[in-house]
Amino acid sequence: MTAVRILVGTRKGAFVLTSDLDRKQWDVDGPLFAGWEVYHIKGSAVDPDRIYASQSSSWFGQIIQRSDDGGKSWFQPGSSGEESKTVDGMPQGESNKFVYDTSEATGRPLSTHQWYDGTQHPWEFARVWHLEPALDDPDTCYAGVEDAALFRTTDGGVTWQELAGLRGHETASEWAPGAGGMCLHTIVLDPNNPKRLFCAISASGTFRSDDGGDTWKPVNQGLHSDYIPDPTAEVGHCVHRIAIHPSNPNTLFMQKHWDVMRSDDGGDSWREISGNLPSDFGFPIAVHSHEPETIYVVPIESDSLHYPPEGKLRVYRSRSGGEDWEALTDGLPQEHCYVNVLRDAMAVDTADPCGVYFGTTGGQVYASSDSGDHWNPIVRDLPAVLSVEVQTIP
Amino acid sequence: MLLPLHLQTLAGTGREVRLTVDGAVTRGNVLDALEASYPMLRGTVREHGTLKRRPRVRFYAAGVDITHDDAEARLPAAIATGEEPFRIVGAISGG
Repeated sequence: MTAVRILVGTRKGAFVLTSDLDRKQWDVDGPLFAGWEVYHIKGSAVDPDRIYASQSSSWFGQIIQRSDDGGKSWFQPGSSGEESKTVDGMPQGESNKFVYDTSEATGRPLSTHQWYDGTQHPWEFARVWHLEPALDDPDTCYAGVEDAALFRTTDGGVTWQELAGLRGHETASEWAPGAGGMCLHTIVLDPNNPKRLFCAISASGTFRSDDGGDTWKPVNQGLHSDYIPDPTAEVGHCVHRIAIHPSNPNTLFMQKHWDVMRSDDGGDSWREISGNLPSDFGFPIAVHSHEPETIYVVPIESDSLHYPPEGKLRVYRSRSGGEDWEALTDGLPQEHCYVNVLRDAMAVDTADPCGVYFGTTGGQVYASSDSGDHWNPIVRDLPAVLSVEVQTIP
Repeated sequence: MLLPLHLQTLAGTGREVRLTVDGAVTRGNVLDALEASYPMLRGTVREHGTLKRRPRVRFYAAGVDITHDDAEARLPAAIATGEEPFRIVGAISGG
């Protein structure tokens, strides 16, 4: 390992922060895709030079950007050069084409889901919330989108196909948007089982596939959500984020819209591990890269007050897999702090000691190079941070 | 044609682009020509598949808002000759 690279998505572009393994001095590059929202930007685990970015605009829609040189240069796959040509010589330009599968042959795609007023509403593509590169192939990447669906590319982002079995699940007509829209925001790939993947949707819950994404089942047993008519319903839960440790993918940790949860059976059942947290509302959750039972959350006062309790920005760490939590405050503002930390805005590197990073809606990116004991801001005044991912570069 | 800043950035071009339009000079054909020359703009002005205008995009031709006109209607002669620009405009937002 020679360097650490942080990929930051914000409301007004992307930024790339790089450092050597000391993680004390950082170079800041950006904004990339200036003026556009970058919901997520993430590199491939098998080829760290391959990075995918979701660039979107309420005016001009969705763009997928790709870098093959570690973020130095970017292009829209399929929109330039020979790969953009169809057999009749016309440009394809389909890297931003996310069209729901309505065919009879795949899945059982529905045409509507539940809307805010309880009526049925057509699925309407808005943006890509999350990009998850495959663990074994840099050209394969999954995309979680709003309105909730899962897409996959196997050609490096030139074209995207929906895995329609998810949206075709028999409960899909009951899915409803949360305040942020009906988004598929979390994709977790099992490193030991290429057929198993998880996704989470606000506000319907967690789903698992054991056949590579063809068919799905809700895995929400044990979740309790007072904001839905049946608090223990099969679907309807506003899951905010799921995290695993690669060495133990059968254990999942969840930050929900209220409650921090844990499953030790691949999502079949969940139990609460909120313990002594000052609030169990929040968005991100992360697992230490070398300690599978060490987890991090950022408590937020409530769903009405999207800022830290008491105006103190505190990361909470549990070294026991939950229940017992300690506040990590050294270097973080402990008064007058009213920022939020969004679901994709926390990540860990694989250096030793483990580095932990998170970004805020106030534009700060904080780093800890000692597993969270001490924190320093890398940058303070970026646009609101939507996502933070980290690459540990060989 | 005059492009808004974000589309200039995507297309790697300046504010003004010149297009050769096949057939009648209609809004639909002008946008077809734009997307053929700059495929990275597909899906940014019109939705993929349906080719519906994205909700926050406006079209001006020779100083007239033609956003809601028929896409197959002929544009003013001044647009066809290149004397006046066809403008793609992002809707105004405050804040």
